[in-house]
Amino acid sequence: MKKSYKIEVDCANCANKMEEAAKKTAGVADASVNFMALKMKVEFEEGADVDKVMKDVLANCKKVEDDCEIFL
Amino acid sequence: MIRVETMNKKQKKNLIRIIITSVILVGLHFVPAKGLVRFGLYLIPYLIIGYDILIKAFKGIKNRQAFDESLLMAIATIGAIALALYSSGDYVEAIAVMLFYQVGEWFQSYAVGRSRKSISDLMDIAPDYANIEGEDGELEEVDPDDVEIGTVIVVKPGEKVPIDGVVVEGHSSLDTAALTGESLPRDVVEGSEVISGCINLNGLIKVRTTKEFGESTASKVLELIEDAGSRKSKSENFITKFARVYTPIVVYAAIGLAIVPPLVSMAFGLNANWGSWIYRALTFLIVSCPCALVISIPLSFFAGLGAASKKGVLVKGSNYMETLSNTRTVVFDKTGTLTKGSFTVTAVHPEELDEEELLHMAAHVERYSSHPIAQSLRDAYAHEKDDCSVENIEEVAGHGIKATINGKTVCVGNSKMMESIGADWKPCHHVGTIIHVAIDGRYEGHIVISDVPKEGSKEAIASLKKNGIRQTVMLTGDSKEVADHVGSELGLDIIKSQLLPQDKVSEVERMLDDRDSEKEILAFVGDGINDAPVLSRADIGIAMGGLGSDAAIEAADVVLMDDDPRKIVTAIRISRKCLRIVKENIWFAIGVKVLVLILGALGFANMWAAIFADVGVTVIAVINAIRCMKI
Repeated sequence: MKKSYKIEVDCANCANKMEEAAKKTAGVADASVNFMALKMKVEFEEGADVDKVMKDVLANCKKVEDDCEIFL
Repeated sequence: MIRVETMNKKQKKNLIRIIITSVILVGLHFVPAKGLVRFGLYLIPYLIIGYDILIKAFKGIKNRQAFDESLLMAIATIGAIALALYSSGDYVEAIAVMLFYQVGEWFQSYAVGRSRKSISDLMDIAPDYANIEGEDGELEEVDPDDVEIGTVIVVKPGEKVPIDGVVVEGHSSLDTAALTGESLPRDVVEGSEVISGCINLNGLIKVRTTKEFGESTASKVLELIEDAGSRKSKSENFITKFARVYTPIVVYAAIGLAIVPPLVSMAFGLNANWGSWIYRALTFLIVSCPCALVISIPLSFFAGLGAASKKGVLVKGSNYMETLSNTRTVVFDKTGTLTKGSFTVTAVHPEELDEEELLHMAAHVERYSSHPIAQSLRDAYAHEKDDCSVENIEEVAGHGIKATINGKTVCVGNSKMMESIGADWKPCHHVGTIIHVAIDGRYEGHIVISDVPKEGSKEAIASLKKNGIRQTVMLTGDSKEVADHVGSELGLDIIKSQLLPQDKVSEVERMLDDRDSEKEILAFVGDGINDAPVLSRADIGIAMGGLGSDAAIEAADVVLMDDDPRKIVTAIRISRKCLRIVKENIWFAIGVKVLVLILGALGFANMWAAIFADVGVTVIAVINAIRCMKI
């Protein structure tokens, strides 16, 4: 399953770091951050609990870039 | 230009911090304080401009992000302040590093915000409401998402059509510029299809919706543009990978630079000169931020995609932009792509009657037929609905139509029909479908009907060649005679005719196999509905979008919204410009950074040079990237 989220982040490199962090989160099959459109596309693994996974994604993103937000 | 009202809250706040810090720095220049007092005074502007960076740096340590940009910047500036405290007392340099870093961040944020805004304005096609007429005749504004298929909505002059549908009442002109880049308005009457995103210019129209809002053209197009940036180009992937290794390498080099040379000097019994080497190491940290590179690449593509959409060309991803710029061969479908795909009367050859009269008779006979040929004959004779008597219309299958007009029997059809009634027909040297006309059994001449090239086709082929396209090819299912005629008129290099749809695929595959290198990109241009397999097989598929044809939007990588083949050249030129700017930025940014690193290591570049390599390069690269928006 794929979902798209609006995000808030200031720099392009931070957006790349968020993408990395999201990709590494358990339950995420693939993720892509579009800095210019401020959107994050997440492809979830089969049977993943979307709400829970996204909370982890946000927590992981906050670790690499404190000043970021994902609108869940 | 920079305008205060276009800034967001954060940008305003940071701009104020930048100004205050600059003023204090200038003021402190005239304060003759020494020692710790001086240190304390200079700490004020440093904290004003740098407090958020210091907080983020602290969080970076907590989260074990060794290569966090803020952390590196904090180390560099605190290090510089410590060195100044220890020796020279020149704190300005350290504060300037922080100040200019913030200026760079601010500028970047402002520029990105502005280009986001200008592109979303450009794509301001998504309507926010639909009008529904209530029982009392009052109009009610509703969320277009809630409008069901088959609902009649009202579009007032000046409003956008919110949902695709068919006009059931009224007539008007629609401005389709936001979707097609075409500036001429399109007239719609009862029964015309309208697509969402067009602006109703003058009359009030009622539209019966045929799609849901989410499936309507405007929503689809918007989604496409927003998603385009997610399909990343090779240059973007390269930069992301580069950034990932660049920062750690520079940081380790900085550590090495701070420790190794002094230790080596000491081993040889020389002065270790710690201060000077640490200073050089700090300049490294300032240059270690990959921001200029990372921001300028997606920004360039974003601007390029925006520029293309403005011209009515939808490119579905940055990666296609890259491919498009390397196009060497363009393969065209004929019908609907290079030609109009509809029949037009191209010649009238009467025996004794005048041309008008021959068309007049033929049009009458075809009065009630829905065949495309009948349509084209009626179009060619504008006054068909006159008071002539038209009776006994009879269709002769495989031959044509006959009717009694003003008492005379008129036969309109092919040569078989002429033979069957014993009229002495004559062949024609023109290429196309020949319609013979006989009146009361006597041959009166023929009318030639053919599919004509689109207005821009010839120009498109010529300017493709001028723009470095090596080969233009036309593939068609049509007869050799027609194909060769159209092909040579338009100036195509290779013409292949009488192909079945699967033959087109194998022709394209053969061309892909025969080329010298994978880098010589082959583009296929088709009208999208029947060409889907070829569109997906070619390196890049360009579809004639024909105002919202779903199949085309799905199958292709690039969609020409107004079906104008000249837009292929526009698209290729935009992509080339965009790629050139991307390359310029990559080389410029990496070049300056490496140069400053080398000079810094040798002791020739001070912190000011490092600031330029970071902030200056970012600003220049961003300004360069924005050029992609202008064509």
